[in-house]
Amino acid sequence: MSAPASRDRWLAAGLPRRYAIAWLVLLLVAIAVHLARGALPALATYPEPWFLPLRFWVSDLMKWLVNDFDLGLFTFQEMTRSIAWLLEWPLRAAQSLFAEGFSRGIGRDAEEIVPRIPWIALIVACALMGLSARGRGLAALVAGALLYLAVFGQWDSAMVTLASIVIAVPLGAGAGLLLGIAGFRSVRLERVLVPLLDLMQTVPIFAYLVPVLFLFGFGPVAAMVATIIYATPPMVRVTMLALRQVPADVVEFGRMAGCSRRQLLWKVLVPSARPSLMVGINQVIMLSLNMVIIASMIGAGGLGYDVLTSLKRLRIGDGVEAGLAITLLAIALDRLSQAFANRPPRAHRDTTPPFFRRHPFLIAATALLAVSWMAGSVLPGVQDYPETLEISTAQMWSDLIKWINVNFYDHLEAVKTWLLFHLLIPVKRFLTTVPWIAVVAAVAIAGHRLGGWRLAALTGSLALFMAVTGNWEKSMITVYLCGVSVLVASLIGIPVGIWAARNERVHRVVQVVIDTLQTLPSFVYLIPVVMLFRVGDFSAMIAVVAYAVAPAVRYTAHGLRQVPAQLIEAATAAGCTRRQTLWKVQFPIALPEIMLGINQTIMLALSMLVITALVGTRDLGQEVYIALTKADTGRGIVAGLCVAFIAIISDRLISAWVRRKKRELGLE
Amino acid sequence: MKTCAKSLATAVLAAAALAVPPAVAAVESEDPIKLTIHDWTGQYITTNIMGAVLEEMGYNVEYVQADYIAQFAGLEAGDLHVAMEMWETTGKDAMEASLATGKTVDLGETGMVAIEEWWYPMYMKEKCPGLPDWNALNECAEAFATPETHPKGRYLGGPVTWGGYDDERADALGLDYEVVHAGTDAALFAELESAMQREAPILLWIYTPHWAPIKYEGEWVDFPRYTDECYKDPSWGMNPDKAYDCGKPRGWIKKVGWKDGEAKWPKAYQAVRNFTISNQEMGEMVGQVDLDGRSVDEVVADWMTANKDRWMAWTM
Repeated sequence: MSAPASRDRWLAAGLPRRYAIAWLVLLLVAIAVHLARGALPALATYPEPWFLPLRFWVSDLMKWLVNDFDLGLFTFQEMTRSIAWLLEWPLRAAQSLFAEGFSRGIGRDAEEIVPRIPWIALIVACALMGLSARGRGLAALVAGALLYLAVFGQWDSAMVTLASIVIAVPLGAGAGLLLGIAGFRSVRLERVLVPLLDLMQTVPIFAYLVPVLFLFGFGPVAAMVATIIYATPPMVRVTMLALRQVPADVVEFGRMAGCSRRQLLWKVLVPSARPSLMVGINQVIMLSLNMVIIASMIGAGGLGYDVLTSLKRLRIGDGVEAGLAITLLAIALDRLSQAFANRPPRAHRDTTPPFFRRHPFLIAATALLAVSWMAGSVLPGVQDYPETLEISTAQMWSDLIKWINVNFYDHLEAVKTWLLFHLLIPVKRFLTTVPWIAVVAAVAIAGHRLGGWRLAALTGSLALFMAVTGNWEKSMITVYLCGVSVLVASLIGIPVGIWAARNERVHRVVQVVIDTLQTLPSFVYLIPVVMLFRVGDFSAMIAVVAYAVAPAVRYTAHGLRQVPAQLIEAATAAGCTRRQTLWKVQFPIALPEIMLGINQTIMLALSMLVITALVGTRDLGQEVYIALTKADTGRGIVAGLCVAFIAIISDRLISAWVRRKKRELGLE
Repeated sequence: MKTCAKSLATAVLAAAALAVPPAVAAVESEDPIKLTIHDWTGQYITTNIMGAVLEEMGYNVEYVQADYIAQFAGLEAGDLHVAMEMWETTGKDAMEASLATGKTVDLGETGMVAIEEWWYPMYMKEKCPGLPDWNALNECAEAFATPETHPKGRYLGGPVTWGGYDDERADALGLDYEVVHAGTDAALFAELESAMQREAPILLWIYTPHWAPIKYEGEWVDFPRYTDECYKDPSWGMNPDKAYDCGKPRGWIKKVGWKDGEAKWPKAYQAVRNFTISNQEMGEMVGQVDLDGRSVDEVVADWMTANKDRWMAWTM
């Protein structure tokens, strides 16, 4: 390409010269400040006396809420405790149904009235659900996943987990639906809601675990509340979006038919938006399962607890088996809910067939349950999977890690050392020495460039918050760790995504791999990673990359597949080779979509911080973790907000860039 | 709403109380005593022994999984009742802060002594014959080095939350070592396991009672003995300008409980206070579980039969 042409494109892309000047000035100022750090230390490192004691205010507020806040008839804590008390009933009922059986009395005097659902009944019932929602394939998948739980001895714990999911998901989805409807109806409420949702999704859960414990008591209910806070936001977002997307003529038709506002909502809008709403429910399920490990730290028990304890005792194999059980449970629930979401709507019939014809599966399942419940009292093998038939691969996993460790450690060490010295350490040095004021200015300029003054004000002030609350260095280490991880994840994810977009078989394999990586609790691979790479930033990076690579792959593949076929045909007609078509046509057009994937990768990387704190990083995640172990509410929340702000800054900048790019490409 | 919920609760409780037949032995309250369980085997065993004893006394017992430090929120609120192991070395600050609220109560020592110190596997002695004397550490710094820390040695400390003053110790004693902090207990022992598999150099924070020093052969570094002055008074010890020029303190392991539980289950609390066990016994039981693969229930049941007189005495 000739020089003038490229300059034209440069200008067309809208980079006015003043931005180039702004960046240059900023660079010079940064260097000057850095050199003059002896004379002007306040500009290089934010001075301690200027710290805002925000975290103490938050802690005091919390103390006041817990101890003194009186709502008149009752105190705030009494209110939250009553809510906890109310939530405990359904949770306990579900626990009894799936895990423990119903019994009367407490402790040793307890006698069982009705046993829990027999394992056979549950497997067949779920398989029937699969059959009715889609077909034999799904039924086999669901049955296989549940059978794994029984055969590998994970049944008891899995049922505890399932019981809490069964209660948490409807609560989360219901609350999300109502909030979403409210946001749909009132624009003002939506404006309040959206930033709140951002915070709920990005503030690390450890940050608000302590207040939740104080307010809701110690145990499964608190764990459930934390799960709901984390898992509800996508439902709210999806609801608002889905209701807005209902075609106008459908709404018009409802109006003409004389629907009241309420009828219009529940009889017209919500049913038409059902497929999208189901996607939201699906998200709630997946996120709730992501929370299983953390919930087990505050008394939820179940599979998460098994993963945690076996890994803490270095029973790697047991940890892997329990972790896979979570994955399989997640995949089974995910596929089932997706199948229900995509089920073709049944044609309306004039005559309603009799009940048993309409619901053959429901009746079969109920009958089966009754029969197996009765059979279970005679044949123990029907009630509980016989222990003698359980198998375990635990030893194999431990041996595998040992084998890799003994035979390949030196090679791995060499790779690691190279990356440390050539990538990680230089980036870390750079980010921790850049003057804070230069970083804040850079973020603001980028905001102005992509979204004008409003975005500049937002990103600049969020960055300033990190300095003002005294979390600057830790924030920069966070940016470094996430930045490097996102870079590596993109370098892996984008090529894999391209490959998957061009080859259907690869696509299917990749799908399974990334689904597993996303639902397998990261703790499962964190400990083997530490064994092979030792404690430190490198191990943290691997864990982050493993978790965060999925969206990079997914969005790349999706973006490339969405490129209109005519364009590719045109390119082929113009004599482009396959490679040229990819790089000159498909890739540029898919770039906005790919960037959205990178954006998601950043979000996931940030959400992994709390886990990487467990391998000894010194970032905001560690700060949140320390606050948790010291039960210091304010410290945790302020550090958590810093994480959220990093996420919001990058999200807003990338989204602004994507919007602009799409407009330029004529995609919107 | 409050009164409504409360009266409803009372009604339900009253109905439940009517339905429950009286227990074998008369105890002050049928409500389950909630004992907290953490994630290390020793604590699991102590708690299960205590739980078994309380059940023998006729109490109802419930085990609740809880984080070692986060549990104080539950103990203060009465959601949890007894925690069996609070270590002076790692939990003292949190425990004192909690006791100061007046909502928890110190239930005395368990009789076990916590030891924490720098530790190395036996095979490192060949590479560094001067050990366990701490003066030998500097001569062997390179033997303990990794590419990132070279030429300094690498010492893997506990999670930052454990405290322990290892950075200060290395500085005060002039050790050519870089202190790296593991984020959790699990990461600490993962590195140990990995090094042991390869017989690779490692120097790290180990504590006992724990399975690691039972499973693996190794020794603690011999630092100048800890005294209170060493931590407080810089002039004490070999470095006249700095504190922490000595080893780590050894400490008690205590039981902690919810204050109001004392009035609710007085005899049970007395039994908890009476509970004692030795490092030796605990080490053996932990070994049986973690190394021989026996279940905690079996090990606890064995202990209960073998030591009937002892625990009977606690219940008096």
